[in-house]
Amino acid sequence: MATIKSSFLNLLVTLTVITLVAGLSLGYVFQWTKEPIAKAQMEKQLRAIEAVIQGYDNNPVTEKYKVATPDGKDSLEFFPAKAKGEMIGIAVKTKSSKGYSGDIRLMVGFTMKGDIEQVVVIEHKETPGLGSKMSDLKFLNQYYGKNPGQMNMKVKKDGGEVDAITGATISSRAFSEAVQVAYETFQTVNHGPN
Amino acid sequence: MAPISRKENFLKGIIKENPVFVILLGLCPTLGVTSSAVNGLGMGVATAFVLVMSNLVISLVKNVIPDKVRIPSFIVIIAAFVTVVQLLMAAYTPALNEQLGLFIPLIVVNCIVLGRAEAFASRNTALSSIIDGLGMGVGFTFALTLLGAIRELLGSLSLFGYKFIDADGMLVFILAPGAFISLGFIIAIMNWMKNRKRSPH
Repeated sequence: MATIKSSFLNLLVTLTVITLVAGLSLGYVFQWTKEPIAKAQMEKQLRAIEAVIQGYDNNPVTEKYKVATPDGKDSLEFFPAKAKGEMIGIAVKTKSSKGYSGDIRLMVGFTMKGDIEQVVVIEHKETPGLGSKMSDLKFLNQYYGKNPGQMNMKVKKDGGEVDAITGATISSRAFSEAVQVAYETFQTVNHGPN
Repeated sequence: MAPISRKENFLKGIIKENPVFVILLGLCPTLGVTSSAVNGLGMGVATAFVLVMSNLVISLVKNVIPDKVRIPSFIVIIAAFVTVVQLLMAAYTPALNEQLGLFIPLIVVNCIVLGRAEAFASRNTALSSIIDGLGMGVGFTFALTLLGAIRELLGSLSLFGYKFIDADGMLVFILAPGAFISLGFIIAIMNWMKNRKRSPH
């Protein structure tokens, strides 16, 4: 097959050329897909906000700001939702790194009273068919309309009130943690209804 | 290798030398992602693309690569195509990209891809390498989709995401053991059919 001798110089040249060509073409594809990827992510963010808060008329993405979590280790993105200039709720992008694999990112919609309106999963790397069920309504419904200040958000195994997903306690636990962090951060900027 | 017709070259990957059911290569993604038919199909198509492209490029450059750096060169070429697939999927099919997650970059180490590069593309012409890649890719996609469909059907009582019975299936088929059980049964059935054909009563 190979007609080129395996001399040191040949090895060096071959590998250099191959990696160079591969690197250059990857750079090209990266440039080419950069915009569609950014657009897909932006749309995903908007869709996520639309899914968790209804009835706003501003663009929450352009008005987003960051708030530090109570433990000061991280900061979360807040997307204010307004109707006719009045705040009607805030979508909080939160995450937990305690999942089964990788970070779990959620968008949690709060009313100004601190009740959870709805939650959507933005990103996760949990086991398909198990932890991925956190996107199912059956699991999410447990959180809707609840106020984390009045309800123990932990899974039942940890003494809370949330039914964990079958076979995915770790994922459920991480989900609850992310919601809890979102709520606590939300409380630092929003003291009661006003 | 004895000369074979293009049609035979293509068809061998689907049944006779099916990479999953007969050669038993690339079982890591096979067992890992086939928790639903859509995942199996997506993974199969992504792998098929990498197979065809890497087979093509490797058959073109086979004469200028010294033997000693054959494997690293092949891996770099394969890895480049896998990254291309990953970027394209993130841009145009973000939902599927999330579902498959880590398994897309893992196509790099899929034995089928390197196996075909080494056993076929590095000894054959560009055209027959493409046909070989296509056949193997279709065979792999077929295997993964079939396995995914069976597991989804038994495990979540749905097919391609359409749920027709509103109840929980047998969870074990979604979990890893279900993959082994399903694959084992498929291979057993295929072998049984093959043996029956071979020994007429």
